[in-house]
Order: sequence, then structure tokens, then C-alpha cells
Amino acid sequence: MKPVRILGRSLASAYRSVVRNFSLSLASISCIIITLIIVSFAILLSYNVNNFTRDIESDLTIVMFATKSATDEQIQELRKNIDAVPNIKEIVYKSKDEIKSDMQNQNEAFRKIMEEWKDGENPLQASFIITVDNIDNMGETAKTLQNLQYVDIVKYGEGTVEQLVSIFNIVKKVMIVAVIALVFVTAFLISNTIKITIYSRKNEIDIMRLVGTSNMVIRLPFIFEGLFLGIIGSIIPILVTIYGYVFFYDKMGGVMFTNIISLIKPYNFVFYVSAILLCIGAVVGMFGSYRSVRKYLKI
Amino acid sequence: MSFIELQNVYKIYKNGVTAIADMNLKIKKGDFVFVIGHTACGKSTLIKMLYREEKPTKGNVYVGGINVAKLKNSKIYKLRRKIGIVFQDYKLLPKLTAYENVAFVLESYGYKASEIKPKVIEALTRVGLKEKLRSFPDEMSGGEQQRVCIARAIVNKPKVLVCDEPTGNLDPDTSKEIMKVIETINKEMGTTIIMATHDRDIVNRMKKRVIVIKNGVLSGDYAKGSYKVDEAR
Repeated sequence: MKPVRILGRSLASAYRSVVRNFSLSLASISCIIITLIIVSFAILLSYNVNNFTRDIESDLTIVMFATKSATDEQIQELRKNIDAVPNIKEIVYKSKDEIKSDMQNQNEAFRKIMEEWKDGENPLQASFIITVDNIDNMGETAKTLQNLQYVDIVKYGEGTVEQLVSIFNIVKKVMIVAVIALVFVTAFLISNTIKITIYSRKNEIDIMRLVGTSNMVIRLPFIFEGLFLGIIGSIIPILVTIYGYVFFYDKMGGVMFTNIISLIKPYNFVFYVSAILLCIGAVVGMFGSYRSVRKYLKI
Repeated sequence: MSFIELQNVYKIYKNGVTAIADMNLKIKKGDFVFVIGHTACGKSTLIKMLYREEKPTKGNVYVGGINVAKLKNSKIYKLRRKIGIVFQDYKLLPKLTAYENVAFVLESYGYKASEIKPKVIEALTRVGLKEKLRSFPDEMSGGEQQRVCIARAIVNKPKVLVCDEPTGNLDPDTSKEIMKVIETINKEMGTTIIMATHDRDIVNRMKKRVIVIKNGVLSGDYAKGSYKVDEAR
């Protein structure tokens, strides 16, 4: 029961400290609020960019045309060979006749021209529409496909795809770095606040050390204080995230600028982001205070 | 081994000042010992080494079987629970009452509230402050504050009481009262007392064992009653 008692007393002491040093607590809570709002913005943006990237990526395909002279058996063989190529996710095959009828259905002019073709005459090429697992290796996969037998042309939007992929990768990395940097800034701010609290209670801590209080018991209230500050500081950013994002989503009609870029639906996305913010606030609060208690108590 | 034992102890500060040099000392359980000497002679360093506020540069310091010199930082609190410390400046928390100042020691050890109350009242009664439980430090005289400090030091019934000039800030009459309290603790509880002091009057009158330190060296060790302050001068 002793640890429970010590835990209870530490919690009570942390609560007292937050209330008694209210102006100081308020200062650090404000810092946490501002930082977490920026963190929230970064998270919302990076998830949306990610979502958009995924959408675009799933639309990216390799189109491959078989040689005109390829027979049905040869196309069967080709298909088996495509299956053996790594990084292939899905293959959709369209025979010459299917393409012909598709085109006839789509366009009146095509229909008329194609109707004049003699039986058995079809200058079109059988095609494969291929999606890949990893978009980064799309170029390599296309090259491998090009080298297969009975393959005429392989197209995948060379250049544009690579550029798009590299831009998305940069955006993702920048977002991750920004979030990590902001988390560290928050930890530093909390650590500074706790440092001031420790200074203002230095006398008390010195006496505790002299009368034989264990380091853990001295440390615990400060760690809880950091935890409280972190949790309290995350409330407003959470509200801003939930209401702000829902408002923004409704205002924009679920898309960003054009219909191509669709936003992530607010529910349960905002709750997920809120949970992340709460965790960041709590963990960073504890970590920040642990760091300064360790440093300034020399324990 | 004696209850407190120093073996070839040196304390050299980082700035090169030698506070204690080659000190050997034995103190038996239940003894009452004065440590005297001029200002900056090293007596405070000696006292602080006993509760590991200072770490000896060389040598061994044993307190109740624990080699204080070899003690890890994280284990110091265990040593300090066996030692009561009385300070010249009392070191009380201004926002806590006399009762709370004593109780918070036991609270931080994790005692139950029901165990804390009788112990704190017993300690405060022993120092004659039963009527002042709810007084804050700034409502008490210097002598009363020192009594609270003593009550806090003895509340966990330590084996040894280390006093660093406990009467330094008090007038002669109040000093006498405080010394009476400390002597009673020594007699009734069998607590070993080590007390650094400047007060010749007290040392002369109480006729206890006296250790004289000069420039960091033990210059004299006088058995009970055999010492007169003037001899050391």
C-alpha cells in the first residue's frame, strides 16, 4: 500500500503546485497550447497530403501493348511472364476485340470506321493495364516489362510520375521533421517551466533530501505536474482540431481547391488526431519535467 | 567497530583547500560529543560528511556500519533516514505549521496518516511544543523554531543526531533550554549526539567528550569533563 500512498500524495502535491503557481502554470499551458495547435495543423496537413498521395498513386498505372502479331497463345505466355515480374499488384487484360468494342461504344465516329473493318482484321493491339505495389519502383518495373517477349510499347507517364513521387516524398519528410521539431520545442518549454517551479521550491527539495526522502518521491510530484500541464494544455488544441477541421471540411465541401484533391472525412479522423495530441501533451509534459528534475536536483 | 568511525579521512575541495586531513575518530553508540574549533577549521565539513552532504576525498567514514564514503548517490536517502539533522538556521518550511513541518518527513517516507499523527505529537511533546502544533514558523521564536527542527530530526527515532551549531542563532538562555532538550534526547532515547558548536559556555558547562579541530586536523580528543575551552586556545 505504501507505493499507492506515495503516488496519491505526489498527485495531490502536483495538483497543489499547479494551482498555487497558477500564473507560472498558465504561462507554460499557453506555450503548450500554441505549440500543440501548430503540431495539430502539421498532422492534419501531413495526413491529408498522405491521403492525396495515396489517391494519386492508386490511379497511376502502367499500360503495356502486346505486339500486333502476337497470337492468343503468345499472349497467354506473356501474361504468365508478367505475373513473374516483382512489384506487380494487379493486371487487367484487354484483348483486341474488347478494345474495339469499347471504342465503338464510346464514339460514333470510331464505330463507323471500325464497322468497315473486315472480319478478322483488327489493327489494334492487345493491352495490359498494370498497377504496382510500390510506386517508387514503377520505372524499374516498366523497364523489366519492356524486355519481355511479345511486348511492343510500355507507357507509364515517365518523368511526371517520378517528379510527382519525389515531391510527395519531400512533403512527407518535411512534415515529419516539422512535427518532431515541434514536439521537442514543447518538451523544452515544459522543461523550462518545471525548472522555474523547482527553483521556487528549491528550499523544500533541499530539506526533503536532507531528511532522507528518496529521489523517486522527490521527483514524482514534478513529473505529475508536467503530466497535468501537458494534459490541460492539450484541451484547447483538441477543441480547435475537432471544430476547426469539421468547419474547414464543410466550408471547402470536402475538397481542396479542385475535385482531384479530396480531404479526409472528419469523423473519426479528428478524434484520432485529438488522441495523438493528448498523448504528445502528456508524454512530452512528463518527459520535459523528468529532464529538468534530473538535471536540477542532481539526483 | 564503533558506531561512528573515521579512518584516515581527507577532504580536499576542488579549489585545493584541504578542509580535513588524515582524520581518525571513533564514537560509541549513545555518546554525546562536541566538535569545536575556530571558524573554517573544518568542523562543518566533518559534520556534513557524516550525512554525506560532503563526500570524503580519501578514507572511510562509517555511520552505523554503513561506509558513507562508498555510498551511491541514489542510496543516500537510506543513510539519512537513520540520522537526524539539526541545523543552525532550522530549515523549516515557512508555509507549513509546526505539526506539518514534522509530519511531512514521515509522509515522504510513505507512512500512513494514522501512524504519522502519534509520532509527530510525541516528537513535538518531547521538545515542549505540544501547545504550538498549529503555529507557523514566523509566529514562533527562534528557540521554538529550533525545537521544531529537533522534533523533525527525532520523529523517525534516528540512532544519531547530528547538530550543526544548533544554538548559533539563539540567546544564551534559549541556548540552555535547547541544550537541555538535546541532552534529554541523548539520555532518554539513547541517541548518539554529535554537535559542532562555537558556544564555550555550553561546552564548559555540560562536561561531555570534546573533539578539537584545528586547520582540518584533529588536535585534541578530551574525555568527559576533562576539557576546558581555554586549554585549546
